[in-house]
Amino acid sequence: MGTLNQLVIGASIGAVLLLASLGLTFTFGQMGVINMAHGEFIMAGAYTAYVLQPLVGEQAVLVALPVAFAVGGVLGLILERLFIRRFYGRPLDTLLLTWGISLILQQVARDVFGAPNVQVTAPGWLTGGIDVGVRIPYNRVFILVLAVGCVAAISLYLSKLRQGRRMRAVMQNRQLAAVSGVATGRVDQATFFIGSGLAGVAGVALTLIGPVGPTLGSGYIVDAFLVVVAGGLGQLRGAVIAAFALGVLNSFVEFWTANGASFAKVVVFAVIIAFLQFRPQGMFVLRSRALT
Amino acid sequence: MRNRIAFALIAVLLLAAPLVFSPFRLDLLAKYLCYAIVALGIALAWGRGGMLTLGQGVFFGLGGYAMGMHLKLVEAGPGQLPDFMSWSGVERLPLLWKPFADPVFALVMVVVLPVTVALLLGLLVFRQRVRGAYFAVLSQALAAAFVILLVGQQGLTGGTNGLTNFQLFFGLDLYDDADRRILYFAIVVVLGLSYLVVRQLARSRYGQLLVAIRDGEDRVRFLGYDPALVKTFAFAFSAGLAGIAGALFVPVVGLLTPANLGVVASLELLIGVAIGGRYSLAGAVGGALLFHYAKTIFSEQWPDSWLYVQGALFVAVMLWAPRGLAGLAGQLRDLVAARRRPAAPAPTVLEEARA
Repeated sequence: MGTLNQLVIGASIGAVLLLASLGLTFTFGQMGVINMAHGEFIMAGAYTAYVLQPLVGEQAVLVALPVAFAVGGVLGLILERLFIRRFYGRPLDTLLLTWGISLILQQVARDVFGAPNVQVTAPGWLTGGIDVGVRIPYNRVFILVLAVGCVAAISLYLSKLRQGRRMRAVMQNRQLAAVSGVATGRVDQATFFIGSGLAGVAGVALTLIGPVGPTLGSGYIVDAFLVVVAGGLGQLRGAVIAAFALGVLNSFVEFWTANGASFAKVVVFAVIIAFLQFRPQGMFVLRSRALT
Repeated sequence: MRNRIAFALIAVLLLAAPLVFSPFRLDLLAKYLCYAIVALGIALAWGRGGMLTLGQGVFFGLGGYAMGMHLKLVEAGPGQLPDFMSWSGVERLPLLWKPFADPVFALVMVVVLPVTVALLLGLLVFRQRVRGAYFAVLSQALAAAFVILLVGQQGLTGGTNGLTNFQLFFGLDLYDDADRRILYFAIVVVLGLSYLVVRQLARSRYGQLLVAIRDGEDRVRFLGYDPALVKTFAFAFSAGLAGIAGALFVPVVGLLTPANLGVVASLELLIGVAIGGRYSLAGAVGGALLFHYAKTIFSEQWPDSWLYVQGALFVAVMLWAPRGLAGLAGQLRDLVAARRRPAAPAPTVLEEARA
């Protein structure tokens, strides 16, 4: 009973983590860009649902999913065009640059929507839950389904579409892709659009499980990066496994230790450091003869 | 020679500051100087070593808490509990606290705690050739985890409120202006000594090796050095400096809370260095002073727009002055040189290690 309960909680933490880190896997993985503003794109997605609520009514969350994808994507595209493309080869500087942008976006949200948290009402069909020994709320199921759906869509995109295959080519060997005629700049834009769009989708999902505030995204960004590091750069499989593993680990540590929540993060951190002793580049690695 | 004159001039200015500033302003200056000590360490680890440490607040905090625990115990007196413990219902002094009643132990721990954590993390991470952005992400995660731990252990650490209400600092009365002036002088001396030591370190063969590793880690490895050891030493050294700074911060500011050492605080420690110039020690110190001064001014006058200013500073420095204020002259020189010789081949810049 206890174990099953923790597993369910862990899976639902994992689904949220997965949504938050899915986009990062690509922007970080393909372009080596640490986008600290990713968290603010999540926040923008959440506010998109909030803005749509009075216009659309009860089903706002469903309508918000594609809209938030576009909002996040466009924000990401602007960021890439204006700044990040000048920073290729300087990943650490990009990190600080995007941190600055994330501060600005947070304050914009505060000025536009106010500092206090706002609520998005979930549609009626998401209240309640199913019983499988433990009660699983429908909104958690929805997030899980959404996460799985996003993963499926991306893996289809990467394997079936020409554009997606180009993306993989650039990820595996940028220079070789460039000399083979792939317009790497275009691919980078597409990657950034999709990666940031996924952040917007994650934001809509977060409105189902809590209030929306200007710092919504920054709470997830550190964990999301850990998922990418543990899973391996640009590795869809790695991100999925790492997200759920971290989610389940989190929920079990919280359950086992008396003053749980406070130790969980430290344990997770230690486990990741230990894990990197065996797999320094994460769970899955692109095979390459390059030294670094 | 010019450097020596500048150093002497700044030393005189800092030592003369109490003559000009009100006690309130002097306290602020003392606080900025603490941040400047951290900045020296960051300039070594990041500027020279290329290790972007986003968790410097952890080491600052470890030093600070070691000192804070000692001060609280002295104040409570032998056999008594610090005030916040009785508020949170702790009845016996926790085992972790006991040795901190001893001043020597506490002072040793101010350095040993952060250095140990940094050594452990550094060895584990750098040995596996985890570097660049990976290391930055991990150090940030460490800061996040540390804060959550501190907040969660209410009875042990004072939780969100942290440690507050310090009255005595090794015999100095922290409510007395004259005694506070002595504290200020102590901080100036520590900063000066730290500067000299770090400068010596940066100029030594070791410092050159560190820069070589920053610019081409694998090449240095092929020459037979162990980059992991060299990097870990610089990282641990910067952690030790941050610990000392944290320990001095506690009596100056009179409180230490998890907010002083979290993810955001760690980044604020870093941005000062970026603004001043990460490759220049003096630049890092100046940048830290300037940034925190600007923060005080802005958040007093226009608290809402401070985040805009801070964000814009990050963006502007990275876009237009990656070498910081101290590097502006060199940057201009390069620009002029590039104008004069448009045909010259672009200098080969090694890509920063991608992973």
